[in-house]
Amino acid sequence: MTARRLPTGGSIDRGAPLAFRWAGTDLTGYQGDTLASALLGAGIDTIGSSVRLGRPRGITSAGTEESTALVQIEKPFPEPMLPATTVELAEGLAARGITGQGRLADRDDPARYDARHAHADLLVVGAGPAGLTAALAAARTGERVILADDDIRVGGSLLDYGETVEGVPGEQWAAGVLAELASLPNVRVLVRTTVFGIYDDGFVLAVEHRSDHLGAAARPGRSRERIWRIRTTTTVIATGGYERPIAFANNDLPGVMLASAAHTYLHRYAVLAGESVVLFTTNSTAYGAARALVAAGARLTIVDTRPEIPAGLDSGCRNLGIEVVTGHHVVTALGTDRVHGVTIAPRRAGGPHVAGASATIDCDLLLVSGGWNPVLHLFSQARGTLAFDERLQAFVAASEVRGFELAGLAAAESAGYDPADPFAFALHPVEGVWSIPLPADGDAGGSDTRFVDVQRDVTVSEILRATGAGLRSMEHVKRYTTLGTALDQGKTSGLLGSGVVAQELGISVAELGTTTFRPPFSPVGFAALAGADRGELYDPIRVTAIHPWHLAHGAEFENVGQWKRPWYYPLPGESLDEAVLRESIAARTMVACMDGSTLGKIDVRGADAAAFLDLLYTNLMSSLKVGSIRYGVMCGPDGMVKDDGTVIRLAEERFLVTTTTGNAAAILDWMEEWLQTEWPDLRVFAASVTEQWVTIPVVGPLSRAVVQQLAPGVDASAAAFPFMATRDAVIAGVDGRIDRISFSGELAFELNVPAWYGQAVWEAVIAAGEQHGITPYGTETMHVLRAEKGYPIIGQDTDGTLSPHDLGLGWAVSKKKPDFIGKRSFARAENTRPDRRHFVGLLPVDPEESIPEGAQIIASREVTIPMPMLGHVTSGYRSAALGSHFALALISAGRDRMGERLFAWSEGRVIAVTVTDSVLLDKEGTRRDG
Amino acid sequence: MLDTTPGTAPGAALPDHPDFLWRNPDPKKVYDVVIVGGGGHGIATAYYLASRYGITNVAVLEKGWLAGGNMARNTTIIRSNYLWDESSGIYEHSLKMWEGLEEDLGYPLLFSQRGVLNLAHSLQDVRDSKRRVNANVLNGVDAEWVDADGVKELCPIVNISPDVRYPVLGATYQPRAGIAKHDYVAWGYARAASALGVDLIQNCEVTGLDVRGGRVVGVQTNRGTIAAGKVALAAAGHSSVVAGFAGIRLPLQSHPLQALVSELLEPVHPTVVMSNAVHVYVSQAHKGELVMGAGVDSYNGFGQRGAFHIIERQMSAAIELFPVFARAHLLRTWGGIVDVTPDASPIVSLTDVSGLYLNCGWGTGGFKATPGVGDTFAATIANDAPHPLVAAFTLDRFRTGALVDEHGAAAVAH
Amino acid sequence: MQLIECPNCGKREEIEFHYGGQAHIAYPEDPAATTDHEWSDYLFFRDNPKGPFAERWYHGGGCRRWFNAVRDTTSYRFLAVYQPGERMPALPGTRVTR
Repeated sequence: MTARRLPTGGSIDRGAPLAFRWAGTDLTGYQGDTLASALLGAGIDTIGSSVRLGRPRGITSAGTEESTALVQIEKPFPEPMLPATTVELAEGLAARGITGQGRLADRDDPARYDARHAHADLLVVGAGPAGLTAALAAARTGERVILADDDIRVGGSLLDYGETVEGVPGEQWAAGVLAELASLPNVRVLVRTTVFGIYDDGFVLAVEHRSDHLGAAARPGRSRERIWRIRTTTTVIATGGYERPIAFANNDLPGVMLASAAHTYLHRYAVLAGESVVLFTTNSTAYGAARALVAAGARLTIVDTRPEIPAGLDSGCRNLGIEVVTGHHVVTALGTDRVHGVTIAPRRAGGPHVAGASATIDCDLLLVSGGWNPVLHLFSQARGTLAFDERLQAFVAASEVRGFELAGLAAAESAGYDPADPFAFALHPVEGVWSIPLPADGDAGGSDTRFVDVQRDVTVSEILRATGAGLRSMEHVKRYTTLGTALDQGKTSGLLGSGVVAQELGISVAELGTTTFRPPFSPVGFAALAGADRGELYDPIRVTAIHPWHLAHGAEFENVGQWKRPWYYPLPGESLDEAVLRESIAARTMVACMDGSTLGKIDVRGADAAAFLDLLYTNLMSSLKVGSIRYGVMCGPDGMVKDDGTVIRLAEERFLVTTTTGNAAAILDWMEEWLQTEWPDLRVFAASVTEQWVTIPVVGPLSRAVVQQLAPGVDASAAAFPFMATRDAVIAGVDGRIDRISFSGELAFELNVPAWYGQAVWEAVIAAGEQHGITPYGTETMHVLRAEKGYPIIGQDTDGTLSPHDLGLGWAVSKKKPDFIGKRSFARAENTRPDRRHFVGLLPVDPEESIPEGAQIIASREVTIPMPMLGHVTSGYRSAALGSHFALALISAGRDRMGERLFAWSEGRVIAVTVTDSVLLDKEGTRRDG
Repeated sequence: MLDTTPGTAPGAALPDHPDFLWRNPDPKKVYDVVIVGGGGHGIATAYYLASRYGITNVAVLEKGWLAGGNMARNTTIIRSNYLWDESSGIYEHSLKMWEGLEEDLGYPLLFSQRGVLNLAHSLQDVRDSKRRVNANVLNGVDAEWVDADGVKELCPIVNISPDVRYPVLGATYQPRAGIAKHDYVAWGYARAASALGVDLIQNCEVTGLDVRGGRVVGVQTNRGTIAAGKVALAAAGHSSVVAGFAGIRLPLQSHPLQALVSELLEPVHPTVVMSNAVHVYVSQAHKGELVMGAGVDSYNGFGQRGAFHIIERQMSAAIELFPVFARAHLLRTWGGIVDVTPDASPIVSLTDVSGLYLNCGWGTGGFKATPGVGDTFAATIANDAPHPLVAAFTLDRFRTGALVDEHGAAAVAH
Repeated sequence: MQLIECPNCGKREEIEFHYGGQAHIAYPEDPAATTDHEWSDYLFFRDNPKGPFAERWYHGGGCRRWFNAVRDTTSYRFLAVYQPGERMPALPGTRVTR
């Protein structure tokens, strides 16, 4: 028998037993247990096996610094690799130990996750005596205070060791402080909440574990974990310290535990971790644990590295019947599956070397205290610098960081915490003992078992191999050995490793330095970080006012940026190709309509609006007459096409500019950038009206009849309403605007009405067109129609490396204007090369053969690798109007290759093609007026 | 060697490093070539100068610890499926060198050609992907287009449901692509270079460049002045500052780029998956940890850290694509500094200063290019003329406009 | 995530802002008169200092106004914010650009 639950004591709730399953065995713990304390209480102290060597692993600590007791949660839902010391016991929990790797579930996580924002004047991290004191002091002044602790209740070390504050038991004192804090409206106390990241300007991240501990009693829909995004003026870090292990042979055996952990298990969980105990220490802090264990009935021997110990401790131990062996090392822990004894040896004063014969002591629990490391992870994340304190043999804070305060022993003392008792948990001078020389008699077997990083199976010898290999930086040693890279991120092993290296290199730990602390402080679930931003909420979905109609009529949708656009409207059983063929025939021979509302629309107005557009577009816009429309091209300063669209002059000082769907926001930003930063003297205002207007192109030879019927007040005849003109109109009873714009080459009218009336007007269009066979069409048909006319789509036929001239849009580039954005770049040598890629059309030699988009253009059918490429296919469709497949392509010197036979190569297919003009249909434009 | 002790986690062990890695010499007064920057590129360049060109009187000056910059911080993806001829040329050269590198260096690199999938989530992604696949194949780079079911076959944990916000429509697949273990690569080069006589000098920060009569003659450092016949810059994000010592202005902006790892997990992810549209790239490293890259922070920054909302966004995207990742844990985040050029292609170039050579602007592509750059930059230095495979990557191209625009071509980054 | 002080709105979260690169790069008075070298300077060449850097920021998620800031690219701290068109304020240890 080793560990066992005592019949009384502890702060567990013995009235609330919890059934759980460990590695297939049913066990019982209590409310208030961790999985680790429940296992120890059940006499189980071997948890898993080590990652590289397969050695047994036990329970080392009682908190987040745990380096050995790694478990896989199986129920209620699989979760990989958690320290058993941080898993709160819950009814129905099932878990098992692991060997180095956790296992992910093979099904979706049904839990919910969320995030909250909070603002504070003071954030206190850690609810021990120091943190509670700091929180209370600030709270009483009315400051907004957040107190966060990863434990299930406040109290910190007071819960662990039973110290007194202001003369009352620590738990009782903490409960009193909590009661006062809870009564104040300006205080938020977050337990089960780990502060894991410190970022700039007081931005602090914490994760709250909200429902696992409730088991089946958790309210459905309650978030399992919550990320707190806290913005605070000041952060008090009161996170205490981690006790440090010592590297001696077999120090990884189950039954080897940090002294403070045994104290915690005893006081808090009423678990006596062993009956026959050896405590190996370098300092006085562990004597409190010794006293408590003896009081609980354990037999205990202390092996202290110091030649002498403080007189008070000495006499105290004598009174308690504790044997203290000073000036000795524990050289080896004995045992194979778990510890059953130790060998000890005397040491030279102040020296690391064992001198003389060893003795053996039997034990079933070996406690270790190599000193304490203040938990400075968060301070270091905040870019506080650390310095090595020779007295404490630990890194301590060495700089002030704006917005941060550290609260430790001093704060606790000022709160009435009494460290005068020599047994009390206080920071006494520590001797820098890192590793113990290997026993001369080879007790530990052939290989070095002095583990520095128990989780990564890194031994002293491996570290010495690293320094022997020429490594002088801790970062290199870490990478050579993998020291400190495990789940605990070196919380207890990091400094130990530094100590070993410094000792070997003959330099001080201070000189060597430590590795960097990085977020998160302890592991955080991916799903917690993703929060609610998953599934439909991953990214906003934008839909037009007509979306319900599209849904009701079976449209298939295409994602265009955040928009859902109708892609095509299949009739039952119809494929994409069949639907597109039907839709495009309707547009070319009858009438068709589409939802063009996603088109970016920007209202540009002001006395200098025309001058501004002249700078922005390659074409001259100031000459545009009121009521007229002009196609325009925009370039970046590099002369490459950025966007295109139409410019409608609604009034002398007012324009409506359209952009491609994907670029709407970017172009508005683009305008603002120039207006605000470069030409602030221009009197121009730009505002997005994309969502204010629904745009419905009505397209086809019969479109005039439909529009005339919808808007009887407008004379839609070619003479009265010419191409590229705009008219205010009442459309189906709604005030709106009709533009004679065509993106298909057909007679077309774009109806614009306020979005509020969008669906009603759309339905009116469908009704008015019914007698003419009106057909709704989607983006795919739109692409076919425009491609037959050789209109490029920015982003599909362009890739940011093409000038207007490359695209054959030289006609849209003004020669009159002294300057516009991009003009200067046209004159660069590279932009005038004759072999630049030109936008051209391609027809397959066999009209039935499709030309795949993305095909590369090559000059011969025979391919030899590497094969020179002349360009690529940007768009490829089957055209009902042409009776053939066709494509648009960017081809080097393409305009000089008209009629040339080339080959399109795609995934091993070779298609013979003929280069043509990019305009394949109605080059003369006879169809646009109907 | 790999541990196969019963009861240990499969694959959880890494091969041992050699007993000796490199000397720690004090700087000499004079070197034939001084390389500024002891990252992967700097060390590899020194190795090839020594091994291929017999130039062994070489110092690599590193201001911190060797290979502690981006070499220690990247997500180790290796691939060559870039769009333009110039890009795929240098990266494919590099990939071919990767394929023989373990043998060349006599060092285990955990080079794993497990394939890389670049996902397409929109019809335009599909077009761009096919364009790139076709260009790759015609350039002799292994590449294929796979549909969503094909993606599922290669990486069963990818969610290919059409009902997600941005469904997977397919992917480009490069079977020869993969990952390697970054430290092992750097150290393999360092050990080999040191053995050939190259001085690897750490904690040596360059504070000035000595230029006389249009020719570089040495460097000033915090450890004194060092004379040099030639000086080669391989200082990644810090290149602007160092080049500035010689009055050379570079079109670089340095940005934070973050990455992260999970705890060690049993194997779930057999390949490498990248998605530009939802900003994910992830692989499962040899030990079992998921290694993921996040997006670039928008602002210039030399702090080797970024903002946390980038990580949160990354997690959302990862779970969208890989729902089984939900309960994995973020173990560690860190940041590197990527130096980005206007066309997202590197600069490997002679300069107006005789004997001064530039290698920078690799953005997120630096690790995979390490062998290729080392080889071609060494050639450029040794011959005082650009190696043909990097001839397009001159500094001058930003003057003439002859860009190699991997941004505009929508090629995936990283 | 930083708090950025918009000169119009006050301190706001970083995600509301867009980065706009180096400040005080004026569009050339007469682009046609620039040499290729000068024009490429304007197009592609920006400073990339470690330390204080005068930059443009855009409060796209707020007032939608551009402003300038001096920020330390090493610590990421904002040292000053000011309106477009204003001179870069003199700060201890920083070089004033134009």
